[in-house]
Formats: sequence, C-alpha cells, structure tokens
Amino acid sequence: MDKSAVGRTGQPVTMVVELGKVREFARAVKDPNPVYFDEDLARREAGGIMAPPTFLMTIGFWDDGRGRPKLDMDLRRLLHGEQEFEYLKPIYVGDVLTAVSRVEKVFEKQGARGGTMTFAVTATEFRNQKDELVAVSRSTAIETGQVVKRD
Amino acid sequence: MAEQRQRLYFDEVNEGDEIPAFVVEKLTRTDIVRYAGASGDFNPIHHDQTFAEAAGNPTVFGHGMLTAGFVGKCVTDYVGLHNLRRFKVRFATRVWPGDTITCRGRVTRKYDADGVHCIDGELQALNQKGETAVHGSFTAVVPGREVDH
Repeated sequence: MDKSAVGRTGQPVTMVVELGKVREFARAVKDPNPVYFDEDLARREAGGIMAPPTFLMTIGFWDDGRGRPKLDMDLRRLLHGEQEFEYLKPIYVGDVLTAVSRVEKVFEKQGARGGTMTFAVTATEFRNQKDELVAVSRSTAIETGQVVKRD
Repeated sequence: MAEQRQRLYFDEVNEGDEIPAFVVEKLTRTDIVRYAGASGDFNPIHHDQTFAEAAGNPTVFGHGMLTAGFVGKCVTDYVGLHNLRRFKVRFATRVWPGDTITCRGRVTRKYDADGVHCIDGELQALNQKGETAVHGSFTAVVPGREVDH
C-alpha cells in the first residue's frame, strides 16, 4: 500500500455561498423548508439563510481540480464510501468560503468479497471571510481490489 | 405575527425516540439530473444511459450524495438546520430510478457537553425492498426551555 499521499494538500479554493444555488440545492434534495426560502423566518430561526447540510459538496463548482490532492488511486476501482461534515459555525448565504483539502490518512481493509480495499480520507477545512473555521468535511474514497462490479 | 414553528426541546427528547420519516416516492431520472445540476456532479454514470450501460449497469443510478441530501432533510426537519453539528453518511446499496426511499432515524444518546445539551442519533435511507442505501449518524445541539425566546 502506498501511503505517500498522506499529508498532501491541495491549493485553496474560494467558494461563494449563493442564494440561488442554495435554493436550487434545497429543491434538488426535495427540501421545501422555509428556512431556505423565507428570509425573515431564516433570520429569526438561524440568523439568516444557511446552506443545507450537504451543500459543501458544491465546492466542485469552484474547483478546477487544483484543490483536490491527488490520491494515487485507480479511478476505475474508486468508490465514494463515506462523507462526514462537522459544522462549527453557521454558513450563511453571502459568505465567501476558502477550502483547503489535505489527505488525512490512507489505510487498508479486507473486503467482504475478498480482495484488499484501500481507503483514503481527505479532510477539507472551510473558513469564511472572517477567517473563522466554519466546517470540516471528510470524504472517504475506497479503491476496491478489482474493477468495481456494479451489483 | 411571526410564524412559530414546532421546536424540539431537550426535556422532550428521549434516547430511542424515532425521528419522523421522510419518504421520496419513485425517484425519477429528472430528480437525478436536477441533483447533478444543483451539485455540479456531472459524472455521466448518473445521467447518460449509454455510458451507464457501457459501464455494466442496467441504467443510471442516483448520486450517493442525493440520497444523503434526503437524509439531511430528514434530520434537519427534526433538530433544526442551525442545531446540526455533525452529519455522517456511509454508502451501501445504490438507488435506482423508480425506487422509493424512506429516510428515518433514532436518537441514540442524550447528554450535556461543554454546558450544551446534545443528542446523537443514527439515520438510514432504505429502498422499497428494505435494503439500506445510506447509513448515517448525527450530533445536534438541542435547546432547553431556559434559553427559549
């Protein structure tokens, strides 16, 4: 197993939290919660319109690839295994976030159907325009022992 | 007067409490494409039938993060968006067009940490066959009556 990716860091990526994208995202996950659509209610409940819990995945819109540290994994055998978010401060519409991703760990496990699977966890720290750490996401990529046999 | 919405209070929560289910009836290809557009994830395996078949799939399938988004709606409806502190999903079975997805969960732990009321819980998204598409977990803060306003 090649652990040389651990510690590798991508370039900072800047992401604007846009009202239209927040609402489009909420609709896409079938969430009509007025906290995304009614500004007065959102201000009372949460201090403003916040990003939905999985909205940080849209960082891809702002990243031309330089933000993602290379994993040295075979894309044909790659699965998205887990995704985690820690929310440290509210993320509001209008915020300008800067995300820095770093490969946190690489490890192996024996697969249920035989073969060794390699896991790589990439952590991304999101800071807002006040340089406050607002969220950390962790994405686990899994490289399967053979080309993924889709069910 | 301002609309008052149902809120969860710490003294009303118990370990083992069920989180109200959120059901997505018969996911469509349009739902999947809408999520591709909203998220920016245009991996063709999720919208291009020709590509999906060439990769050995009967048809396109939903993004794992789309199902995760449904689970996120389920948990934020319960705890309130601004109270969510941690949300984690693990992907199991894939979700196909026509599938009906039921998101549900349960409070597993109720505690105080650093002077704040918290709950932990587990979450699931199941398909119509009862197979788990997404396993999830969360931590949220829950207001007590004393901070009500």
